[in-house]
Amino acid sequence: MKRYEIVIVGGGSAGIAAAIAAYNNGCKDILLLEKDAELGGILLQCIHNGFGLHRFGEELAGPAYAEKWKDMLKDTSVDVRLNTTVIHLYNDKTLTYVNPTEGYVTIQAKAIVLALGCRERSRGAIGTPGYRPSGVWTAGTAQKYLNMQGYMVGRRVFILGSGDIGLIMARRMVLEGAEVLGVAEIMPYSNGLPRNMKQCLDDFDIPLYLSHTVTDIRGRDRLNGITVSRVDDSLQPIAGTEMDFNVDTLLMSVGLIPDTALLTEAGITLHPKTKGAVVDEHMMTDIPGIFSCGNGLHVHDLVDFVSMEGEEAGLAAARYVSGELKRSKRYAVSAGEGVNYVLPSYISPASMEDGLDIKLRVKNNARDVRLVLRQGDKPIKEIKKLRVAPSEMEKVKVTRKELADISGDMILSVEE
Amino acid sequence: MYDIIIIGAGIIGSFIAHDLSKRKCDVLVIDKEADIANGASMANSAIVHAGYDPKPGTLKAKLNVRGNRMYPGICKELGEPYVRKSAFVVATDDSESRILDKLKAQAEDREIEYRDISGEEARALEPNLSENVIRALEFPTTGIIYPWNIAIALMEEAVLNGVRLKLSEKVEKIDCLSQEKTGVSSSDGPAYLVTTDKGSYESRYVINAAGVNADTIYGMALGHEPDYNITPRRGEYYVLDEMREPVVSRVIYPVPGPAGKGVLVVPTIHNNILLGPNSLPVDDKDANCNTADALSYVKESVKKTVDNIPFDKVIRCFAGLRPSGDRGDFVIEESKTLKGFVNVACIDSPGLASAPAIAEYVVDEVMKDAFAYDKKAEYVHRKPIICMNALTDDEKNRLIKENPDYGEIVCRCCIVSKGEIIDAIRRPAGATTVKGVKKRVGPGLGRCQGGFCEPLVVDILAKELGIDKTEVRYDSKDSVMLMGMTKTVNKKEAVRS
Repeated sequence: MKRYEIVIVGGGSAGIAAAIAAYNNGCKDILLLEKDAELGGILLQCIHNGFGLHRFGEELAGPAYAEKWKDMLKDTSVDVRLNTTVIHLYNDKTLTYVNPTEGYVTIQAKAIVLALGCRERSRGAIGTPGYRPSGVWTAGTAQKYLNMQGYMVGRRVFILGSGDIGLIMARRMVLEGAEVLGVAEIMPYSNGLPRNMKQCLDDFDIPLYLSHTVTDIRGRDRLNGITVSRVDDSLQPIAGTEMDFNVDTLLMSVGLIPDTALLTEAGITLHPKTKGAVVDEHMMTDIPGIFSCGNGLHVHDLVDFVSMEGEEAGLAAARYVSGELKRSKRYAVSAGEGVNYVLPSYISPASMEDGLDIKLRVKNNARDVRLVLRQGDKPIKEIKKLRVAPSEMEKVKVTRKELADISGDMILSVEE
Repeated sequence: MYDIIIIGAGIIGSFIAHDLSKRKCDVLVIDKEADIANGASMANSAIVHAGYDPKPGTLKAKLNVRGNRMYPGICKELGEPYVRKSAFVVATDDSESRILDKLKAQAEDREIEYRDISGEEARALEPNLSENVIRALEFPTTGIIYPWNIAIALMEEAVLNGVRLKLSEKVEKIDCLSQEKTGVSSSDGPAYLVTTDKGSYESRYVINAAGVNADTIYGMALGHEPDYNITPRRGEYYVLDEMREPVVSRVIYPVPGPAGKGVLVVPTIHNNILLGPNSLPVDDKDANCNTADALSYVKESVKKTVDNIPFDKVIRCFAGLRPSGDRGDFVIEESKTLKGFVNVACIDSPGLASAPAIAEYVVDEVMKDAFAYDKKAEYVHRKPIICMNALTDDEKNRLIKENPDYGEIVCRCCIVSKGEIIDAIRRPAGATTVKGVKKRVGPGLGRCQGGFCEPLVVDILAKELGIDKTEVRYDSKDSVMLMGMTKTVNKKEAVRS
């Protein structure tokens, strides 16, 4: 069986960044496996701009952002296999991949970085009533047809869910001459980034129906209409509020879920909220030497953050391989009042990097609040926020010094 | 002219076509759908029931028991999976326990293997069984299958042996050609003229296996109301994602009630779980839609028998229409007024479990004298399907070396290669649609529901069928997918021309 120091699964933004970071931190025996024919992952179909502001200080289109990273990867000797799908992952850090030239190959690694990306929640998963005609797609699938293949999926479009891909596709379909009749969002607030609300809906006069959802899908062959209803506080449709829309296309932008089939097989513990792995501050899962990062760990808002997390995981993997990744007493960090999830789930104050971002998502929109990290009643760190929203990931930076006196588990909450 | 025209390419039509393909007769199968097994055979619980519950003395009782015994051999012959999964019928109170007594007596009578166990014993075997369960009957001969794949396999073999299959053709008219309008042909000539939206076909016999539309088809031939009526009963289901340890390892039935077998928890061959169905009569024979009420009813009902169902693992909902008749039993008989017109109708549950026995009953009993066609000396079996997931790595690598397409993964949820998809398209009675590919080899059945693989499948279909991608259909000819090209591309086209 062939052995590698580090194997990275997934050649999207997180995987490429992880490979480069691992290489630049001393590991020269790296294999990067990518299922598609090209590196770049989902960025390749995101032809709109807005990528790279944090990382490169400029607004790039998805493929251009990917190109920058691919160029950096060219300066390394990372071994890249394309058209290569990983089929099995085991807890002894062996994995089996397949591609058309080598067939099925089982290899072992000292460290594995999983950069698996996420999938879109489908219509079936949310149980939207009605028929099952063609013309109902996830927004990302429609984006692939449109931007990668040059095909229009429809002419009269409605969008369910205000996730960013849905908003981006609303604008994209209008620019290609389709009519977008509206976007329905079941929550009383939008799930997309504010800039996308403005640039994709407001600028094109596309109505946003908050607290609404699709309650019927019509058409036995191709979609020919939908019903949209208002929902009550418990998100149940209210009778008598139905509006019919005569559309041929319904795009779903109702959530992204980390891709974790491989993790389940290896027996890696999953986080009930993020649906990705439970990790410590080095992005390491509960199997030592297996790391996870990017949208395959938890869903991010911006690709810049995905890349940064990939770099953190790549660095940690390199340090794990060289034996520098010491483990010390660790403490749990959990989500308190008003917080949906925090990441990482564990921190070892004695061995962490100095200046660690604890990432979190809040449960509700709020103004003038504080994000407070406590051990018991004792506040360790707090930061003030003018506004917080579930659609925007927040970070609380902690230093080694701030955590020096920790003696128990921590809770991060939103406080008035 | 054909000897026999079968209307309907569901599991019943497919079994009958397969039986007849072994004999020296010309058979034509017509279906309005774009694929084999697109109606009730597509959307059901996918169970080969043991046969303990149909009313004594009915065809349902007789043919279910027989069908259950035939399936393992038939599946082996076809190279299709059959898993003897076993089942619990569970009682949660004394009145339900009395129903188990009745089922037990019927099982005894029909020589069906069973075990009578307590709630504790049942929970020891199925830890997620509800505390409410006080007693269970176990029926180890209960099997699970992929119904549509069996129908496709049967039809493929039938086609290989000379049966003609016409899909996407809707029967519009059936004329009785004999003078007395009795269906008896005067000489050796045809007795029936079946006219579709695409052509006309003559035959000596007509077998009506048209599922929910069988009464309509019979009415066309009769010229008046038939002597049975079908009111579809809609059943809705949830599908849960493939899990390493599914919530149950046996089929879990509540005690049967007036509306049927009740809401089940069903493990599938690929470790998914089906939850359902409810049972609601509907007037519209195409109304296979999901409704919020039925889905929540299913959700509540399964909680009575099984705990810890991971509803966050739902990946799909679907609905199917059972062709339920008004006679309380299958209608499998030659028409009393039209000789040579055979109704195989009202095949609701346990229709799937009975299907091989139904075909046998039609050919060897009901039409024994009429279908006295000699057996063919030579019979061609279909080539085994290459299913990469079932092979060892060495076997896989041999195939990939010969054909690299087997090493290119298209569907990452179910791990399906490009080679397997191309096979599914090229085989006799092969896939011509996205749904057809999904049924045969799986891309789209998994957790991404086609989100990742569908554009790739469309691409492969277009190339294999030699059509433009805009001509690829999800299912029927009206189920248009891509509506045209983007502006940029159109401009380029314009410049070129």
